[in-house]
Amino acid sequence: MQVIIILIEILILFAIVMLHVAYATYFERKIIGHMQVRLGPMRVGWHGLLQPIADGIKSFFKEDVVPEQADVFTFRAAPIICLVAMMTSLAVLPFAKGWVLADINIGLLFIFAMSSLSSYGVILAGWASNSKFTFLGGLRSMAQVISYEIAMGLSLVGVMMMSGTLNLTKIVEAQGASFSGMYVFPQIIAFFVFCVAMLAETNRVPFDLPEAETELVSGYCTEYSGMRYAIFFMAEYIGMMVMASIGTICFLGGWSGPFEVALFPPFWFVAKVYVFMFFFIWIRATLPRYRYDQLMEVGWKLLIPLALGNIVLTGFIKAFTG
Amino acid sequence: MTRPMTKTINVPVADGEGDRYTVKMGPQHPATHGVLRVDLELDGETILKCTPHVGYLHRGFDKIAEHRTYAQSLILSDRLDYIAAMANNVGYCVAVEKLLGVSVPLRAKYLRTMVCEMSRIASHLLWLATHALDIGAMTVFLYCFREREVLLELFEELCGARLTFSYPRIGGVRQDVTRHFIDKLQRFINEFPGNLEEYETLIDTNRIWLKRTVGIGVLSGQEALDLGLTGACLRGSGIDYDIRKHRPYDAYDLVDFEVPLGADGDIYARYRCRMEEFTQSNRILQQCIDQLPPGPIIGEDAPDLVMSLQGSRKVEVDSSRYGTGLVRLLEESGEYPAGDIYVSTEVPKGELGFYFISDGSGKPYRMHIRSPSFIHIGALPALVEGDLIADLIANIGTLDVVLGECDR
Repeated sequence: MQVIIILIEILILFAIVMLHVAYATYFERKIIGHMQVRLGPMRVGWHGLLQPIADGIKSFFKEDVVPEQADVFTFRAAPIICLVAMMTSLAVLPFAKGWVLADINIGLLFIFAMSSLSSYGVILAGWASNSKFTFLGGLRSMAQVISYEIAMGLSLVGVMMMSGTLNLTKIVEAQGASFSGMYVFPQIIAFFVFCVAMLAETNRVPFDLPEAETELVSGYCTEYSGMRYAIFFMAEYIGMMVMASIGTICFLGGWSGPFEVALFPPFWFVAKVYVFMFFFIWIRATLPRYRYDQLMEVGWKLLIPLALGNIVLTGFIKAFTG
Repeated sequence: MTRPMTKTINVPVADGEGDRYTVKMGPQHPATHGVLRVDLELDGETILKCTPHVGYLHRGFDKIAEHRTYAQSLILSDRLDYIAAMANNVGYCVAVEKLLGVSVPLRAKYLRTMVCEMSRIASHLLWLATHALDIGAMTVFLYCFREREVLLELFEELCGARLTFSYPRIGGVRQDVTRHFIDKLQRFINEFPGNLEEYETLIDTNRIWLKRTVGIGVLSGQEALDLGLTGACLRGSGIDYDIRKHRPYDAYDLVDFEVPLGADGDIYARYRCRMEEFTQSNRILQQCIDQLPPGPIIGEDAPDLVMSLQGSRKVEVDSSRYGTGLVRLLEESGEYPAGDIYVSTEVPKGELGFYFISDGSGKPYRMHIRSPSFIHIGALPALVEGDLIADLIANIGTLDVVLGECDR
């Protein structure tokens, strides 16, 4: 019985997240469109509201081309690795008090593990396609993930030290319900490092080098088509949502807000996640792209020392104030 | 060292040369601005050797022109640099006028200067749009297209076309401007400085933009001269060479403008040069409007446009409407001077030169086009070897090449 309930919960979460992913693309296209003095999708449905569904149907019915020289098994598996790893991270996210599939004690660590795993999908996709552009994209992604995973992990160490736990629900509870309790204030350096690393982790502008379309055509997914290509996109958007959720949970106080919303407790959580999503899109509309070596420089020479400094600072403050 | 690529080995395999491998970028690549193909020999992401290949858009204009009268070949110049077709038209007409000794009325000169500068702004807008997009700044792309659209609409109002204008004629221009056109252009001139600021807020002092452009693709003045660069690519290296200023044609000696120069010779210097040129072009446009004199728009002695389909059959044209020049057929022999001539003009990309050898027959014995894009692509290896792939993209952008002009 327990298993069936969990399965139903998973199904509901899956459906809701997939809908969110579909409409996150709409959200992005509309916002970026208006930022760029155009309208974005307008044709399918009222103000293009059905566009994501049309896109989904289109990519579902497109031919799934596998290049002749590709390693077929890995080529087919890569997008699924990406998607599954990203979806699994959702299991530990607390959307509101008690609204979590698996309330485990190492939630934060679990998410890190899963988001690292998803980069295997990207690397394998690049390698299995057996094309030079995808290969370069895959390599870039590998280097990028290694560098920024460290910065991101270190940036959250401060949060762990303050809350004394890795359980995401407890991290939110440790921040209390008040506005000033949010960790974004004491951990402002960590928040900055997190925001930058978050963009890099999800391959977004200005760190979208693995799929830099003007350099590597489309990077690791150049050879993909149809649904598998769409799966990479879904994984990217779920990745954005997961990162936005971590940011919300660790720095912005999770589901707590100025007042309780009856019937729908995750209201503030979702709102904060969408603030992060807006930030992702805003950055994309504004900034140019870093060069490969400059990206490494920012990661290793700026973010990691900053995050380490933040840990030391947090440690001192914690030691002296108890 | 180019290693022959077999079908099965595509992913870099270490050989005696270390980890070198070749990548063929283009001709179907999103950032090679058309159909440029660049063969890269890479070590990791570092470019060891770069070989540009051109010719995918070759249409043989130099040869086609030998079988056409001078007036007929005008439409070929549209298809050179299709981003700034108006400037090419003017360049062609200026060259032919010098060869045939045709004079141009002052009003036509001003109109040509005006459309040339509109063309320069339109071309630089497209350059900025694609250059920024290549480096990843997506919004600039769409902002630039917003203004380019205004200019294209103006061109459409002026001559009916948005891409291939053929507006200037040998000895003048085709149509006069209307009051509405001038008003619309004036509105554009007034609004454009504000729009320029918009682009600049996005990228001018953006740290990432600076990191991608400052100190990248550096050419000293001497190097730029040796490579034969012209236009903003040369001026970015600090060499003061602008044909509009130094060998003025049309009304350029009657308007006041400055030639912006860079100092560092890097991508950023060339970027700043072109950004300044926007302002200067806008100034020239304003002066053209203010000083536009009344009078005819095509010279009395201008050769007509009527094609001779069968021999030298005379075609009746309403001379009261078009001026007497229009009833004179082009292929009347004995009226054309023999000899050769090279005339160059400053188009947005650089120096566009036309070299004619005339045997007096009414058709050029030989026409050669010195296209800046072709020469600029030759500078690509010197700019990128030793840099990263990402710099190649930035460098193709900064050279501002149009393959239609390069391949001719």
